[in-house]
Formats: sequence, structure tokens, C-alpha cells
Amino acid sequence: MKATVHIFLKAGVLDVQGKAVEGALNGLGPVQGWGGVSNVRVGKVLEFDLTSTDKSAAEAEVKAMCDKLLANTVIESYRIEVA
Amino acid sequence: MTTTTAQKTTAELAAEYGLKPDEYQVILDRLGREPNYVELGVFSVMWSEHCSYKSSRMHLRKFPVTGERVICGPGENAGVIDIGDGPDGQKLACIFKMESHNHPSYIEPFQGAATGVGGIMRDVFTMGARPVALLNALRFGEPSHQKTKRIVEGVVAGIGGYGNCVGVPTVAGETNFHSGYNGNCLVNAMCVGLADADKIFYSAAPEPGLPVVYFGSKTGRDGIHGATMSSAEFSEDSEEKRPTVQVGDPFAEKLLIEATLELMASGAVAAIQDMGAAGLTSSSVEMAGKGGLGITLDLDKVPQREENMSAYEMMLSESQERMLAILKPGREEDGYRIFKKWGLDAAVIGETNTSGHIVLTHKGEVVCDLPLGPLSDDAPLYDRPWVEPDMEAPLGSAPSAPVGDALLAILASPDMASKRWLWEQYDRHVMADTLADSATGSDAGMVRVHGTRKALAVTSDVTPRYVKANPYEGGKQAVAEAWRNLTAVGADPIAITDNLNFGNPERPKIMGQIVRAIDGMAEACRELNFPVVSGNVSLYNETNGVAIPPTPTVGAVGLLEDYDLRAGFHTLKTGHVLILIGETAGELGSSIYLREVHGIEAGAPPKVDLATEKLNGDFVRGLIQSKTAKAVHDLSDGGLLPAAFDMASASKVGIELRNTTGLEDFVFAFAEDQARYLIAVDGASAHLVLAKAAEAGVVAATIGVAGGTDLSLTGAMSLSLEQLRTANERWLPEYMA
Amino acid sequence: MKAAVLVFPGSNCDRDCKVAVETTTGAQVEMVWHEETSLPSNLDLIVVPGGFSYGDYLRCGAMASLSPVMAEVVKAANAGVSVLGICNGFQILCESGLLPGALLRNSGLKYVCKPIELTIENRKTRFTSAYGEQQTVWMTQGNGDGNFFAEPDVLKTIEDNGQVVFRYVENPNGSANNIAGIVNSAGNVLGMMPHPDRAFEPALGSADGAPLFHSLMKVLQAA
Repeated sequence: MKATVHIFLKAGVLDVQGKAVEGALNGLGPVQGWGGVSNVRVGKVLEFDLTSTDKSAAEAEVKAMCDKLLANTVIESYRIEVA
Repeated sequence: MTTTTAQKTTAELAAEYGLKPDEYQVILDRLGREPNYVELGVFSVMWSEHCSYKSSRMHLRKFPVTGERVICGPGENAGVIDIGDGPDGQKLACIFKMESHNHPSYIEPFQGAATGVGGIMRDVFTMGARPVALLNALRFGEPSHQKTKRIVEGVVAGIGGYGNCVGVPTVAGETNFHSGYNGNCLVNAMCVGLADADKIFYSAAPEPGLPVVYFGSKTGRDGIHGATMSSAEFSEDSEEKRPTVQVGDPFAEKLLIEATLELMASGAVAAIQDMGAAGLTSSSVEMAGKGGLGITLDLDKVPQREENMSAYEMMLSESQERMLAILKPGREEDGYRIFKKWGLDAAVIGETNTSGHIVLTHKGEVVCDLPLGPLSDDAPLYDRPWVEPDMEAPLGSAPSAPVGDALLAILASPDMASKRWLWEQYDRHVMADTLADSATGSDAGMVRVHGTRKALAVTSDVTPRYVKANPYEGGKQAVAEAWRNLTAVGADPIAITDNLNFGNPERPKIMGQIVRAIDGMAEACRELNFPVVSGNVSLYNETNGVAIPPTPTVGAVGLLEDYDLRAGFHTLKTGHVLILIGETAGELGSSIYLREVHGIEAGAPPKVDLATEKLNGDFVRGLIQSKTAKAVHDLSDGGLLPAAFDMASASKVGIELRNTTGLEDFVFAFAEDQARYLIAVDGASAHLVLAKAAEAGVVAATIGVAGGTDLSLTGAMSLSLEQLRTANERWLPEYMA
Repeated sequence: MKAAVLVFPGSNCDRDCKVAVETTTGAQVEMVWHEETSLPSNLDLIVVPGGFSYGDYLRCGAMASLSPVMAEVVKAANAGVSVLGICNGFQILCESGLLPGALLRNSGLKYVCKPIELTIENRKTRFTSAYGEQQTVWMTQGNGDGNFFAEPDVLKTIEDNGQVVFRYVENPNGSANNIAGIVNSAGNVLGMMPHPDRAFEPALGSADGAPLFHSLMKVLQAA
């Protein structure tokens, strides 16, 4: 199975990179023809293959990976897709 | 690339890979047949300017390369000097080199600069040294040029990202901005390492029948033809060359350093070479060629990152963080144990033999069989035609300006402004031996020789506007300034590495710059007993026929036997008397003052009198070693007043200067006469210092006193340090914001 | 005193920590590889050094916190052994759960290396007792992710318990409440971003890190 994990800083945590990107997007907006950008969050996406063939078992496995290593739940939240 | 070895090679194909028709003809003559595609690739990288130094080699011979402290001069991965005994009585060596990564950094600033730092570190630890200091000399286009800011941002992040992660302090450097670098930035990185003098490793394969081991990261399709690219002029479509830029992995480099040093300590290594430009090709050719042997490689055994890589791609790949070692008989298991510990890929990929050939097999087929002689020894050597380069005539009288306004303008100019924004992104203290770095207020970086009272002083210098105005005098000045900077911290200057950056050597005027700059550098090296132990040449730094200002960067190393006897310019105290060492004749040709205050780039650069340089420098070093000099700063860009500002600002105490010459105040303030130092001494010892100077034949004069919170030149200007510091600190962060 | 310094792939202050502890305390220091499943016996101090363990890939300190040796460090810490995490070591201690909070990217988005002034907020800990009346200290700092973060309730607890040990005089990275270093609630685990291991003798520009190690000696001598 293929797993995709999306990791973002939690809503309450200041995302300094997101803030910088938002500033850049809005700064460039008038020239580039876009604008009104808010709530930019910079995260990461991980993709990997699993030998497991059972979807719910795989989901549980990936959840454990996230809790243990891939995300720091003090500051990050995650979303899992398994297909 | 899907090309097979069977593809026919022609002079046209050779030309695409940077080989000139006459060079291709030499290959045909030497081989007595057409090379196949892989073989042509091997020739194209080995005969590139980058690997063969074909345009500069005959002139580089002018450099003095020996001396009582030289253990190994140019020709190996880096130069080696003797720095005396270590804490356990062992002989210590310092290994260092500077190298350019100009073209890759222009195309992809972050990765170009990062891999430049990685590459120069490998040159140093390949010889058995632990890297202990990094420096970088950066030249960017004018600030208003559309690409400059992005290049600065990327280069600085790349240098920091790599050096910080590996854990080697970046302690010194220089940064210039000039329109001459709009189309070609220069990124010259220097690494300094420490080793036991009797445990230095060389690349020559010692005997036949030994296993050739590949270790480090896997080989991918990175940077194919990087060596030939860095030997070609840019045109406007160079942006398309982006895929050839390699990607650096500093974490892998850190593991590679530890594994390499551990492998060496285990006694298993017979010869070793890093895979730098032209990767597997140049490392295997050099190891076998220097040993007078032959080598076979089975490319199927090369650890590969991508699928279906051809022999051509593997041989030309410039994937980073890879090493090739020849192990002593039966020591493969030691190697595997160490590589496993550090999580590195490794494989025995070949063997040395007596054939005198490099033979490559891939998928059961011989894909390359070349005699090693022609590849290295018979590489082209050009005595390129040259003419005297353009030179600036002596300056008539210089236009005057109010001294205070001029100082503010100079301190806020891009070249003279504080580079805090850059160096605060570099870890300058890891290894816990840094005595002086870019933040300290010191003419050279200093790191302790771990576990001893000794310290190494390191600096990087060249004044491109002088070299452009007069390549010979400018070449002399680059060496003299490096010598002066080491002297100003109390070190004995030992040796240099040179990094010669020029335009297209096929143009006689550019070749003239190369020849005359080398002449000047060589003379200064001889007179100052300052041999060249390693170096690198970067030519074809041109875009659309416009060459960079000639920039022969000098990286230099000096030694302090006792680091308690070191000096800086951050140690000035109220009541100290300021003495100017050296004569001020009022040289303003090609000065910062003329350029920044009047927009004039003209006039012959200051003359460098090497005998005076040595006399004054030895005198100042003596004052430091006797603890008479309390603060020392050499005079260079901008002359006296900017140097006095540096000293006052770093020490947080004002200076009151007076013009003791018959020169106009602005000339006294900003002339760039050479062989000068500003020193501070206790009031009580000032007269003694002057008497000693007179006795030694050194020109010296008391020109001021330390105190208060202003910098002033009596009758000409007085400004608060705060105002001057603001002007000096503001420009770069505002520009980069 | 008997001390151990951990070594992860990518640690680059391991030697600095060893030298700093040896120079300031005369202690015997052992280097412990990350794959070890046991620690030397009778340790008084475990130092988790700075650097870029595992390249700082994924998240600073995350992979190191799961290494075999860290399981042993957690056990030792719970048994009361002193643990000092510096820079990447602080990040590893937070990731391992030995210290509350986490370290985010610096607010300026850049790596920052500079000497920095800190106030000593709690001079009663086993890491600070030798500072006497000294109010502020100078140490150098070098990191890209030194911006301390904790949920408001956690932050309040840390503050109320006196767990904040060092605070920045001028905040270089956006750190919550200017926090530069904290201890756990038991007071035996200290994590800090500035480097006492680069400020333990005057030649390095500051010797203000030395009393931190002297404090640990004092505790031992008193016991």
C-alpha cells in the first residue's frame, strides 16, 4: 500500500515560514496579479510504500509512525492517506 | 543520456564537450584510433582547464613552492606545512587549500556554494587532516543588478548550511560587490585542517594487486560535465545548464569525514583520493597514474542511486560526498566495519595492476581502455599568446571632499559596510578553539591547535581593483596584504594557497593579466618567504565577452607559537597612544575614496615595496610578541580613517587623530599606501617604540590618542562612534531585507 | 565526577563537551555511541551534545530521540542522574519527552551565530549554584531552530515552578518568554540553546559557562 502523510504546525503555533511566504505572496501580488492571501501554512508531505495489504492495519501502522517519529505532537498535527 | 559506447565520436562531438579540434587530433594520434564515447568523456574532463591547468600551468611554475616548513607543495589534493611539535611530542602539520566554485554558484547559488564548501573540505581530510577552519572569499555583482540579491542570499545560505552542519567553524572571509561580477559571481572557499605530520595520506597507488574501494554516497546523474562547464564561458542560455549542478549533503560529509579519519587511523589505507570534479574519472586516473600503475574498475559494482546508469554517466557523475581508497592487502573487512558504523555505502570496485591503462568494464563489456600517460602527462600545455594588459596611468591630483561626509559614505558603501548579516549565519565557534573570527575585531581568523599553546591564523585577500589597474602590482599587493593581516595578529606568516580567477585566457589581454599577476604574486612570495603550497585556477569567468576583474585570491596561513601573544584591534583602551607605522605618501589611485566618494575608478594602485613591507611587518610582530602593542590593525581598503573606525568601534572607545603630515586632511585620512599599521601602545612606552622604530629604519609617528566616544581628525572632522557604526551596519541588512 | 557524552551520527559538539567537562571539573568523560543499549555505570552527568544529529532531517532531534541510547538516558534521568542537553541536545531532550515544549524555526528564518547575554533566572538548581551573585552571563549561540515553544498552560507551569533557568536579555529567535534554557520539574535535566561548552575559558571570549560545570561538582562534593 502507498501511504501519504501531511504534517503541519498546529493551528496555535506560529508558523514563521508560512508568515514569510504570506508576506512575499502579498508583496508580489500587485505585480504578479494575485492577492488577498492569508493563513499560509508551510508543512511537509511524506510518501512511502508499505508491505501491509490491509488498509486499516496500514493506517494504524502509519499513525504509530506519526506519533512516535514523523510528527512532534507538541507542535505538529498530521493527516494520513493510505491507498 | 542514452548514448552507447558504440556511438561514433567525431571532432564535432568532441567540441561539444569542450575539446578543441587540435586536442581531438592529439587523442586520435595517441590512441591510433577513435576514442569511443566513454573514452571521449574521460578525455574531455581530464583535459579540461579545470583538471589540467593547460593555460596556466607553465606560468604557475614561477611560484616558489618550497621552504623550510613546506612538507608538500602543489600537485596533491592540498598543501601541507610543518607547524612543529604537538602535545604528545608528535610532529604536527597543517593542510590547506582554497578552491573556486564560481560557475555552479552563479547557476544555483545555494547548492553551488554548499558543494564548494564540501569539495574543499574533502581535499583536506583526504590527506588525513581534520578540518578546523573555513574561510570564503565572495565577489558579487553590483547591488542594483537584478540577480545580485538572490545570489548573495543563496550563496550565504549554502555556505552556512553546509559548514554549520558538518561542524567546522567559518572564521574569516571577504565580500566585494562590483558590476564586473554581474555575470559571474566568485565563490572561493578555503579549508584548513590539522594532521600528524607522519600520518599524511597521498593519492598515488603504491603497488599492483590492491583493492580499490568506493565509499560514501551513491552515484547519481548529478553534475555531469561540471568540470567542463566550469571551463567554459557563459552565454545567456547558461541558465539551462542548471541540471548539471550537483546537490550537497552535509550530513553525509560529516559521516564521511569521521569514517575516513577512522579508516586512516586503522592503518588500512594505502592511498586515497576524493571524488571531486569529474568524480570517478579523475580520482581513478590520478591514483593509478601517479603510482605509475594501471587500474581496472567494474562499474557494475559502483553503488548507484538511479536506475540504468550508463558507464559514461557513472564516470562523469559529480555526485558529492564520495571517496576512492586503495586499501592495504586484506584490509577490506576493516573498511566494511567502519563504513557500516557510519552508515556509508561501500564496495570494492576494482584493482590496481601494472598495465599502465585504465580499463572499465560494464555489463560484461570493456567500455574504456586508455593508456594513462596521455590522460595526465600528455594533457595539453599551452603557452597562450599574451600582451601587456591595460593599465591605469598614475593619478594626477585627487578631488577633495569634506572628511566626515566622505567617511560616512565610505563606511556605508557595499564593500566597506559591515558584513554581519552574512557571518552571523555561519557557525564560527564550533570545535571550541576559535580565538578570533569575523566578529572579533581582528585582521585574521585564529583557531587554537587543539590541546596546545599554538594557534593558526588564517586570512583571504585580494584587491581586484588594484589587480585590474595594474596586474603586476595588484598581484604583489594581494600576497603582501595577506602577509600583513597575519602579521597584524602576531602570527608568523608561513605559506599561501592561491585561487586565480580570470576571464578567457584565449584573449591575449586576459592572458596578459594572468601572466603579470602571477609574476607579481611570485615576486612577493619570494621576497616575503611565503611559498605557495596549493592552488586552483578558474578561467573563462566571462559573460557575453565581458570578463570579471582579475581576482587572484590569496588564502594564507600563519602560526602563533603562543596564542597569549596574539593581537586584535578590539583591545584599545582609553589613554592608549596611537602610532602609525609606515610612510604615507598619499596614494589615492584606484582607492576606495575615489570610487565611493567621487565615482572615479582610475589611477595606478599603490606601489608595494616588499622590503619595506617586510621591515615594517617584522617590527610590528616584534611589538606584539613583546606585548608592547596593545591593539593592532593593518591599513588597507579606505586607508587610515576607516581603520581607526574599525579599531574604535570594535573596542568601544573613541579616537582622536591628528594629521602629522604635510598632506591635505582627506589624503591623510583615505590614502591607501601599503605596508602600514595602526598600533596602540601605553602612553608611557610610546617614545620607546618610536626610538626603536627609528633604530630599525621603520617610519613611525604618534598620530593620536584613545578616549571619549567620538572618532575625530583634528580640524577636519568629529563624529560619534554611534553615528558611524549605524552607517556601517545599516547597508547590508537593509539591502537583503 | 564521572560523565558521559553521547555521540549521534551528525553530532559535532561531542568533543567540545568532553573537553569542557574535563577542563572545568577534571572529570573522567566517556563517549557513548548512539547504538549502545547500556550506559557506563555510576554516571553523575550525561551530556547530550550539539550538532546536527541525523542531519536535522525530518525535525531537529527527532531521530536521535528514538535511538537505543536515549531509552537508557530516560531511565537514568528518571533515576535522578544529571542530564545536560545543549543546542541540538536540548532539541533531543524535548523530542524524547524529558523536557516540556519544543524548539521551532528561528523567527528570522535564519541560522544565527552570536555571543548572547543571558540572565540567570534560577540560581538554586544543581546547574547554577556556583554562579553566586552573578546576574548575567555571556555565551555564544549558534542554531537555526532555537525558538522555544510550549502551550500556554505548560509555559505557565514551567514559569510557576521556577523551571526557567536562563533567559535571553535580547531575544534572538522569537523564543517564548525569552526562554534560553529550562529544567524538568525534578530539576536534574537541563536543556539550553546557548553553548557553555564554547565559553569555558577566557581565550574563547567568555568563561561564563564554567560555573555551570562547577555547580555540578559542588553538588557532588556536598553529597
